[in-house]
Amino acid sequence: MAQIEEVTIDQYKHLVSERALTGETMLLNMGPQHPSTHGVLRLLLELDGEIVVNCIPDIGFLHTGIEKNMEAKTYQKAEVMTDRLDYMNTMGNNLAYVMAVEKLVDLDVPLRAQALRVILVELQRIASHLVWLGTSGLDLAAMSMFLYCFREREQILDIFELVSGQRMMTTYIRPGGVWRDVPVEFEAAVRDFLKIFPKRINEYEKLLTKNPLFIDRMVDIGRLSKETALSYGVTGPMLRASGVDWDLRKARPYCGYEQYDFDVPVLPEGDTYARYLVRIEELRQSLRIVEQALNKLPLGPVHSENRKFVPPPRSEIGVSMEALIHHFKLWTEGFPAPNASIYSAIESPRGELGVLLAGDGGPKPRRVHMRTPSFDNLAVLPEIVKGHLVADLVAILSSTDIVLGDIDR
Amino acid sequence: MVKIMDKKLEPIVKAMQGKFSAKLEEFRDEVHLFVTPAQIVDALTMLRDEHHFELLSALTAVDYYPQTSPRFHVIYQLTSLAQNLSVQLRVPVNGNSPKVPTATRVYSVANWRERELLDMFGIEVEGHPDPRRILMPNDTEGHPLRRDFPLGYEEPQFTFNYDEIDLRKPYVKE
Repeated sequence: MAQIEEVTIDQYKHLVSERALTGETMLLNMGPQHPSTHGVLRLLLELDGEIVVNCIPDIGFLHTGIEKNMEAKTYQKAEVMTDRLDYMNTMGNNLAYVMAVEKLVDLDVPLRAQALRVILVELQRIASHLVWLGTSGLDLAAMSMFLYCFREREQILDIFELVSGQRMMTTYIRPGGVWRDVPVEFEAAVRDFLKIFPKRINEYEKLLTKNPLFIDRMVDIGRLSKETALSYGVTGPMLRASGVDWDLRKARPYCGYEQYDFDVPVLPEGDTYARYLVRIEELRQSLRIVEQALNKLPLGPVHSENRKFVPPPRSEIGVSMEALIHHFKLWTEGFPAPNASIYSAIESPRGELGVLLAGDGGPKPRRVHMRTPSFDNLAVLPEIVKGHLVADLVAILSSTDIVLGDIDR
Repeated sequence: MVKIMDKKLEPIVKAMQGKFSAKLEEFRDEVHLFVTPAQIVDALTMLRDEHHFELLSALTAVDYYPQTSPRFHVIYQLTSLAQNLSVQLRVPVNGNSPKVPTATRVYSVANWRERELLDMFGIEVEGHPDPRRILMPNDTEGHPLRRDFPLGYEEPQFTFNYDEIDLRKPYVKE
């Protein structure tokens, strides 16, 4: 029989103000089942009337032990777990993990695969921002936003289904390249999206950007200063909305980002509205990258020819004994990686998605640590909600764009 | 693939080696510096204040079980935005009663990350302002990310032994 633990105020004594102990302020649970917490997040709020005095986030409801599970799988098989981390950014998670593996074993990736990775990851960024925009609109009572955003997101997920066979859990980006070349319909599907989407962004902006109700709810709410943001390890659009020009795609280009022309939006205000504007601009910039990458998509192989790491094509297995041996060894034993550890990071829609990968000389990792941006972006929440109304807390929380699967891992 | 250390990073690494007699390891283009638990707070403060490493990108640990001394490496991955540099500090700690001092006074981000360390590896963080478990329930036994913590599995039930195994299942029974 499981014991149900009794929750008392003693546990939180050091986190609430003295007024809570005398009963002058109220402690209130928000979540874990609350529509505006964007997943299973519990916030323990100390309220003085409607005003938030303290906020204590409680996470772990979605803890799935992915890091532990990955230690028990070979490098290729552990990749499917990464899809389940941040389920709004599956391609990005694949890329972050795969790049770490490639760095650990020192594996080169052909140019076509790199360009395809850029296209898909940027489409994923758009899809992720669309979910954020839709749900933020929902939180602020702009109901129709949600429907429009999910209409466009579905178009991106259709493209993913086209290339990988799956809408969300794609595992399309593999160590050494991508799973297989894109089908012939791919280019037309992406061009179709490129044609429609700029007009749609303008529609969203018409609905929200100058809307007086929306501005009232967003401007000057949840100000995050540059210093606080850096100290709390905040990254991504949240950091850029606080006036720090830091984007890993520009600072440390990977997958050939240096050859694409795009801007990184930076705003100094650091409030909820600035975060909104930064993400809206990122939608446009991602579209620019996709267009350029598609225009100069090189021809050639889509994965490395190094058979020690990349399985041979089916057609070879029937005629080549070596191919059969490689296929068999790769899928039963996996490939060994050196006994060393590396850290590699990419810019996910939410910020710096880093992977600390430690090998032990065998085919399974000793440790995989996912440095997930949502974790740190949520840790700063108690700092920025103090003194705001509960209704503003909802706006601030949606502007941090957290994904609970990303936080709890 | 041998890459030469970044020119801008060299003086910083020299200074760190001089002050903390830190051991240096290089792998791929990464720089790992080894310091002791007693030095870590000073090392972080020095990197932040004198060398502009504003961001503590990651704070985690690697378990080198069955090796016992040191068993864990606590890892501090630092990023300098202004100079576009990265450096990794590693603190080896022993297997029995592992301990590191808290870095919350240098980087606020360390608060949650150190709670995770405590929860997942059982590494005690001295002077932490809020030492509660972060991901696992409070009544969890053990520390899941240690290498000697079993992964766990569920016993499959078949028609001939369904009831027998059902009795051993951990879920709540009426």
